[in-house]
Amino acid sequence: MTAIERFDVPGEARDSRAVSATLPNSRKQNRTALRFLLGIALPVVLGIGWELAVRAGLAEGRLMPPPSRIFQTLYDLAVTGELWVHMGATLGRVGAGFLLGVIGGTLVGALAGASRLSREILDPSLQGLRSVPSIAWVPLFILWLGIFEESKIALIAVGCFFPIYLGVLGAIQSVDRKTVEVGRIFRLSTPQLVRRILLPAILPAYVVSLRQGLGLGWMFVVAAEFMGASEGLGYLLVDGQQLGKPDQIIAAIFTFAVLGKITDGLLASASAPFLTWQDAFAAKH
Amino acid sequence: MLTVESADKIYPNGTRALAGLNLQVEEGEIVAVVGGSGCGKSTFLRLAAGLDQPTHGRIRVDNEMIVKPHPCVGLIFQEPRLLPWLTVAQNVGFGLAELPREKRERRVEDVLRRVGLADYGGRWPRELSGGQAQRVAIARALAPHPKVLLLDEPFSALDAFTRASLHEHLLDLWNAFKPTLVLVTHDVEEAAVLADRVLVMQPNPGRIAAEIEVDLSRPRDRYGSEIEAMKRRILWALDKSLRRDSGEALAPAAAI
Repeated sequence: MTAIERFDVPGEARDSRAVSATLPNSRKQNRTALRFLLGIALPVVLGIGWELAVRAGLAEGRLMPPPSRIFQTLYDLAVTGELWVHMGATLGRVGAGFLLGVIGGTLVGALAGASRLSREILDPSLQGLRSVPSIAWVPLFILWLGIFEESKIALIAVGCFFPIYLGVLGAIQSVDRKTVEVGRIFRLSTPQLVRRILLPAILPAYVVSLRQGLGLGWMFVVAAEFMGASEGLGYLLVDGQQLGKPDQIIAAIFTFAVLGKITDGLLASASAPFLTWQDAFAAKH
Repeated sequence: MLTVESADKIYPNGTRALAGLNLQVEEGEIVAVVGGSGCGKSTFLRLAAGLDQPTHGRIRVDNEMIVKPHPCVGLIFQEPRLLPWLTVAQNVGFGLAELPREKRERRVEDVLRRVGLADYGGRWPRELSGGQAQRVAIARALAPHPKVLLLDEPFSALDAFTRASLHEHLLDLWNAFKPTLVLVTHDVEEAAVLADRVLVMQPNPGRIAAEIEVDLSRPRDRYGSEIEAMKRRILWALDKSLRRDSGEALAPAAAI
């Protein structure tokens, strides 16, 4: 009996899209709600368990504070307005660095993808630079750009640049010659070919690379803020370590997780209307 | 209508895909080109479509040289090659961008109806079966009303029943628009059922080995004895062209 039930589950999951298309709205909503509940069940159970363990005196909770203390810290930071200052600073750095990385990665990737000569000139050097751990740029950027915002943004931009460059280049190279031939048969000019065939063809891979770039942007903003910042979520981390406030560290980590998830979700849902044509499997992910 | 004058095609690697091809296709005629692999039949079609240029010789449509894709010439590929980010209707209207919107939509509706997919305009290509996708591809090629329609083994990936029904669709469309059709195929039944004339090509270098008139009235019964006899004639000519090429009789197994 249990064996049968278990085998039923993956089949149902696979067909869920086809099923949900015909389901009435309320059942669809129920399913979404269930998925959400399942998704947050693990952290909630662990959090409540730890909270109870600390309250019952089974664990000390000094180095790993219980959720109530962490949320209290978050609340205090929010009430004093500190949290918003730090969040704003970090978001601004990620936003500026990401924007620069997107512009650079897209332009250079398109150039390298469009012409063989430029690819043969650019790509080897860029691949070489890519294998440099980006933290290694920090001293140089500080010397060049100073200790303040510019060097931090530059570091984030470098982090975002490479996945986007690679994504655009790879996407352009993998555009099917056969699809391009359809454009030729209908006598598209080069700008028309770019707009009507190349851009839509590379869009899915481009969105993936943007999301990868944004993810790296969030990684690098921490490194950037470790190198001496007076505000930002990374500063909260360093400050929490130096003053022995693990609740502040975890509160900052939690904020990172939430912001990262939200920005990624925004990027994904902003691009979703352009990608409805993709196969069901890809659309589900 | 479509004229090929001593066309040679030599690829950069030295392959002589076509040697001195001469061909005259009349307006509204259906010509099938059959031949073994490497006989240059696809090369010929690419030249006629303007996707490639002949090394020597000329290709003309109504006295106009074909050096690049021409609005009067449509091409249907072996695969549907629909653009997955466009709906069926947008795919069919792909070559009509210069028409005003209303006219374009009417034209798209009309050809979709003719290929039996009137209700499919809003679907995505991924939602179509192989046969439906190829019908959309046919509709897309026909939408600009080309005078010459080239087909590169367009039904070879489909099962026998779907193929037979697409033959009917194609003949319906041909009746409606009377385009000149040049159909490259390796299916002798397809050639016998559809064509007014069958050209048998042979490789090394690619040239025409035989020309067979199919003077059967339409509609043709694909299971009838006349088509059977025609198929045998085409097969015989194909077989002969391959023997002449290798200079010896083929092993029995190779003829199957």
